[in-house]
Amino acid sequence: MGTVFSFDLRDPVTPSVRQALKEAVAWLHHVDEVFSTYRTDSAVSRLGRGEPVPERYRPEVAEVFALCEEAADATGGWFSHTPGGRLDPSGMVKGWAIERASQMLYQAGAHNTCVNGGGDIQARGEAAPGTPWRIGIADPAHIGELAAVVTGRDLAVATSGTAERGAHVSDPHTGEPATALASLTLTGRGLTRTDAYATAGFAMGAGARAWAEALDGYEALGITATGEVWHTPGFPGAKR
Amino acid sequence: MRKATVTTAATAAGVILLLSLKPHQNPAPAMTAPSPASSSGTGAASTSPSTTHAPGGTSGTFTGSVINTAYGPVQVSVTLSHGRITKVTALRTPSDRPRSQQIAASAVPQLTREALSAQSAHIDAVSGATYTSEGYTRSLQSALDKAGV
Repeated sequence: MGTVFSFDLRDPVTPSVRQALKEAVAWLHHVDEVFSTYRTDSAVSRLGRGEPVPERYRPEVAEVFALCEEAADATGGWFSHTPGGRLDPSGMVKGWAIERASQMLYQAGAHNTCVNGGGDIQARGEAAPGTPWRIGIADPAHIGELAAVVTGRDLAVATSGTAERGAHVSDPHTGEPATALASLTLTGRGLTRTDAYATAGFAMGAGARAWAEALDGYEALGITATGEVWHTPGFPGAKR
Repeated sequence: MRKATVTTAATAAGVILLLSLKPHQNPAPAMTAPSPASSSGTGAASTSPSTTHAPGGTSGTFTGSVINTAYGPVQVSVTLSHGRITKVTALRTPSDRPRSQQIAASAVPQLTREALSAQSAHIDAVSGATYTSEGYTRSLQSALDKAGV
């Protein structure tokens, strides 16, 4: 399955920014090489088979697994990098990679950017002077339509759902597909945690709402399998 | 050897760089049908993004290459109006497997939304399970290359 990443830059593309874009692209390739569970030779696939991780990848792998442990603690085990017994930190890796790419651009002078990887988004700054970013949330039941619009500056938006991929998020306690929610969107400041929490919350199903309401620094919008929409009081958006 | 598709499209708002990673189905990567030589950067991560600022901008419909994926051939065309993408159309979709039909039904509207999202009047991006197969992305890239945007 192809993940499409897009970089939307609202600042002038200076030579420094152009260079950072190249580096961000190289970074995403690198992350794919190290962490992809679709690649049999990736460090994560090797680890899953009990083989050693090449030395040069160990710091990054350690960093990601530390983040996974932290997310598992924060979510009472609903985030897991070992869902159903297999090793898969994907729920953490994409957000982490995108947030780092966004940071690389920021450091090069691109302060108003939106990096989107398969619908998980790290936005910084503004879409235009005085205008926050406006991010639509796909309606899982109606292709091409939006369920809500989120607005903000320095905003991460992550949606976990069954939509086109089928039930790919599993309840880490049972290994069974999570199906009570059709989609769950979390917003926060940084995509690394926001993405992990969206994955965890989606696995919780009906329990996600209470958990999200109690979670500081993150807001949520959930769409149930029967099409009902709920959101936390502070959710930065409007239902369409 | 892993392939990557890097393409850019000018929008009213700035530079959009599309990058596709991961094959549609492991371990068979998509094979690209012969297409005109271009600065598409396939296989090279160091391609520079390009921006076009043609005053009038390109208009017309450009047909992408047929991409042979593990599920069958895919092909899209892209319609531009004064340098802006207005539509992405599926010309060929894999249809021999139920899952492919399911994917095809959802993938092209997603592609259209992905390509259009920065141009729609009020939305900058869309969050949600966005499924875009590598085949469609490669075909779209080749169509944009032909358009010269």
